[in-house]
Amino acid sequence: MSLNLLRRPFFWIITLVIAVFAISPLIGNDVQLRESLALAAVYITLASNLNLMLGYAGYINFGSIVFFGLGGYICIWLVNAQGWPLGLSLLAAGVGVSTLALIFGLGILRLRGAFFALSTIGVVEAVQAFVQNFEPWGGSAGIYLSGQVFQPLGGPARALWVIYFMMVAVMGLSLYLSYAIKTSKFGLGLLAIGQNEDAAAILGVPTPRYKALVYSVSAFLPAIAGGLYFFKSAFIQPADAFDLSLSTEALVVAMLGGQGTVTGVALGAYLYEELRGYLLVSETFSHFQLVIAGVLLLVIVLFFPSGLMGFIYSRFPRLQKVLE
Amino acid sequence: MTALLELHRVSKRFGGLLAVHNLSFAMREGEILGLIGPNGAGKSTLFNLINGVYAANSGRIVFSGTDITRERPFMVARHGIARTHQIVQPLTNMTVLENCAVGACFGRENLPLGRATEAARAAAAVVGLEDRLHLLALHLTIAGKKRLELARALAAQPKLLLLDEVLAGLNPTEIDHMIAVIRRIRDSGVSILIIEHLMQAIMSLSDRIVVLNYGQKLAEGAPAEVARDPQVIEAYLGDPKLAAELEGKGGQGSGAHG
Repeated sequence: MSLNLLRRPFFWIITLVIAVFAISPLIGNDVQLRESLALAAVYITLASNLNLMLGYAGYINFGSIVFFGLGGYICIWLVNAQGWPLGLSLLAAGVGVSTLALIFGLGILRLRGAFFALSTIGVVEAVQAFVQNFEPWGGSAGIYLSGQVFQPLGGPARALWVIYFMMVAVMGLSLYLSYAIKTSKFGLGLLAIGQNEDAAAILGVPTPRYKALVYSVSAFLPAIAGGLYFFKSAFIQPADAFDLSLSTEALVVAMLGGQGTVTGVALGAYLYEELRGYLLVSETFSHFQLVIAGVLLLVIVLFFPSGLMGFIYSRFPRLQKVLE
Repeated sequence: MTALLELHRVSKRFGGLLAVHNLSFAMREGEILGLIGPNGAGKSTLFNLINGVYAANSGRIVFSGTDITRERPFMVARHGIARTHQIVQPLTNMTVLENCAVGACFGRENLPLGRATEAARAAAAVVGLEDRLHLLALHLTIAGKKRLELARALAAQPKLLLLDEVLAGLNPTEIDHMIAVIRRIRDSGVSILIIEHLMQAIMSLSDRIVVLNYGQKLAEGAPAEVARDPQVIEAYLGDPKLAAELEGKGGQGSGAHG
């Protein structure tokens, strides 16, 4: 399996994307490009992992942001209060959030359709309410990191580069993971669940276990991305960490690109982030980006249910053999 | 002969309705057992009880010596029971090959993906879908979807196949083709429990027949015996002339009843 992967063109396409992300801001030390790509990498990470639930298993998760926020909190707290090194804190955040997701998942994944979607919003609200009242994590004031935490990474300026490369690595892992799952037996079972859960169970797909597992897997890398994101801003508070609008944006991105595809979701995330960046700085549209996201979602759902990739595949059917 | 499937006084109640009531029968290995009865007699409910979609209120279902009464559908599939649906349930946005691969991956053999794809190809060939492997299931005709149901179940390499009206909605040519396929499957050693309303077909296919009425067993025996049974004629066949035809004396009357 792993050796076969190296022979597939799509594996090398992902590798190429990672290389472009890693190298292009280094040319000319372009800090502005780095910041824009860092955000794109976070969006790609969130959307790709959301896609495991949405595009593969067919479950709409409005609460994917809870993984990102909780991961951020665990990591920041470990670095700040426990003095753990960044790498270990990130890993702990990933493992911790994944474990929590597995436990939550076994419960709420008994629900289907709209009821599941609603319960995921409930999870975000519940976790946010908990964190707001949890004194060790600073309650609603949040946690501030001192500049000292950047010292082990070679000072603030160098730390930003290190964090950027780690973000790109997490993005790359998300893409490889999406691809590896899609071409595996686990992925086939998930796709079957997404198409018709009852029929899948009758064919022998262990649906409760697979659903909880994919929910848990889809939490791991977003939690690490959350750790990196909030470590980079050196500050975390509940309103930022559990912002439902970022969850919604991740859904828009996945649907814009084409849910269930690896390429489409990544492309959608990149394009959306670029658009968002443009809207945020333009005077007319400043803070208008969520309105645009909403309209975009409506248009996609109504007219392009298979997203960007659906359009590309219909124009260039041969690409279906190369891209996933 | 050992019993492959045994039902011991199985009952299923939906609110005030007793869909299956104290039903017992056994099936031998290698047998084709026909299940007939009027609409609402509990035939499909019985299938759903066997493969775990519904939990029985009382009674026991034993498959190959294992009690499967309380097992979930995906566990039942692992034991080697596969089924087709009366209303086809294709995985619409997946190809014919992928549909069959799901059956092979998660069925009795629990195959890895690569070998499952091989098994899926073989199963698709048995039902005559080998030239449509890469077509999305939603683009198949009704006859094609019925065959896909069968191929997917076969890919699991089951010991027992539950066929729920695989002939309904097919034209005479397609029916002949399907009957030939079912015979071939039985010859390969798979036992078959079949629900069918096309009397001519089920009488000629089955080794034995169980007749259900109001969730209870009305009669059991060889097709000719069952067709002669006055109770069966009254409850289901209705028409003595049709019964006579089914005994093999009559001509080409098709006689889909119920």
